[in-house]
Amino acid sequence: MTAHQRDENPAGIHLPLDPLPGHTSRGRLERVLRRGEFAVTTELNPPDSADPEDVYNRAKIFDGWVDAINAVDASGANCHMSSVGICALLTRMGYAPIMQIACRDKNRIAIQGDVLGGAAMGVANMLCLTGDGVQAGDQPGAKPVFDLDSMSLLETIRIMRDNGKFLSGRKLTTPPQLFLGAAVNPFAPPFDFRPIHLGKKIAAGAQFVQTQYCFDVPMFRTFMHKARDLGHTEKVFVLCGVGPLASAKTAKWIRSNVPGIHIPDAIIKRLEGAQDQKKEGKQLCIDIINEVKEIPGVSGVHVMAYRQEEYVAEIVDESGVLRGRQPWKREIRHDDQMVADRLDHILHDEITETQVDMVKTAH
Amino acid sequence: MSEITPAKDGPAVTQATLVKKAAPKSDYKPADVSPQRRVQRSFAVRLWSVRHSRLLEWFYARFADTFLLLHPLWKGIGYGRVEAPVKFVEKRVKGFMFDCRMCGQCILSSTGMSCPMNCPKQLRNGPCGGVRANGNCEVEPDMPCVWVKAWEGSKNMVNGDKILAVQKPVDQSLRETSAWLRVTAQAAAAREAAATPKTGASA
Repeated sequence: MTAHQRDENPAGIHLPLDPLPGHTSRGRLERVLRRGEFAVTTELNPPDSADPEDVYNRAKIFDGWVDAINAVDASGANCHMSSVGICALLTRMGYAPIMQIACRDKNRIAIQGDVLGGAAMGVANMLCLTGDGVQAGDQPGAKPVFDLDSMSLLETIRIMRDNGKFLSGRKLTTPPQLFLGAAVNPFAPPFDFRPIHLGKKIAAGAQFVQTQYCFDVPMFRTFMHKARDLGHTEKVFVLCGVGPLASAKTAKWIRSNVPGIHIPDAIIKRLEGAQDQKKEGKQLCIDIINEVKEIPGVSGVHVMAYRQEEYVAEIVDESGVLRGRQPWKREIRHDDQMVADRLDHILHDEITETQVDMVKTAH
Repeated sequence: MSEITPAKDGPAVTQATLVKKAAPKSDYKPADVSPQRRVQRSFAVRLWSVRHSRLLEWFYARFADTFLLLHPLWKGIGYGRVEAPVKFVEKRVKGFMFDCRMCGQCILSSTGMSCPMNCPKQLRNGPCGGVRANGNCEVEPDMPCVWVKAWEGSKNMVNGDKILAVQKPVDQSLRETSAWLRVTAQAAAAREAAATPKTGASA
């Protein structure tokens, strides 16, 4: 049995890794990307409960298949467990969460506080988002905050990290060490502005980006081509967003109801023509991964399998993007295992002894 | 990223649409950040301004020079005293031309003459990922995306590449103040600082 895995602190899985030159964070995801490995990230479906086990169980199905897990911040403006809470639980267990921060719900005071809190808990990656409008979610009467936008949020956290200062200029005693991410959507207008917009996000501080669901590979290829020409792909790691569609009906519903997701007719036709639409949806996702991984400048994939999380492992496995590499996996520590091997029977054996029995066995 | 909620029947009805249907025009509409107050309006003038961004850019530059030329006058009367009447005019003129929200820190010349505060998310650095395929807003399906228009407008302008600058977050304490006067006062101060010899003293 190995003492510890690569990208793991030998003193404890919940502890930050040793700092490396050229790295701004002490997390696993940055190491994987900077080593030039093809990274896989995914999204944890946040529970509507106060039970930590719900988070652990949902994270467990990704074990050994992904490099980082996005902790979403009330995505779609629906109430769920907070991203800070999920990150607190995941970092405890040694996972590498990507803490999403949406500008919809918190002003600059709350956000900067959460950045420090998150970093203190061991969150190494943060993803800066604008956030869906409140009209999209389960509480359309909520007050939309949008105090910062994704760009000024990136810049705020970059300043906190690099200059050790709050937005106000007040000093931090220990600045957070973070790997900063942003989201891009190459599939929504204005198309010719999107690569330039990516450049703006890089200027604001983005080190990696995750894209919206990619169902139109030629469109994505055009975007990447322009981004390459502008020199952006040398400064940022692009993770292409992919995911399985459950059926043609779901695809149609998403297309007409979820703004920002572009699904071409050919995709829907292919799903409709299939015997088993769910299986075809998964195969489609694998085919898209196989196409996008060949596009120069793509450093990884972000697999979003909402309510189909159990397929993530299969998709990653069958697409072969890991090329035999196994991402960090939560394992029982060697010494814990030894204790368990010797004493596990105590938990299962019937050990209720009466005093009479004890006297008998003593003789 | 967007989350997919279980399918409902029919097209999605936004809150703005609900309000639009339910409330009469005269109803109170929240004044600052709620998207609701933007319902029931036409975007014709705003879109005209974006189409003529080149002309407006030229005009705005002359206008700023004129305002700066009048600096002695503003200073004479006192910037504090002149604030109210200038704001009165500015609010109405820019309100008509650009649907101005009086954020007090105008960046129209960096955004193709399309006011970013009209974005329901008040984004000042570019479009969100929710822009509809027809170029309309995610939150308000009837409104053309402010940033799609900003990009169109900035392509017509001489200094259109100012759209590439990363904008600082809005200083909410400057809301409902005159951006014209602030810019003029700052320009005048900068001019004076440049003109005075470097003695280290500042006013």
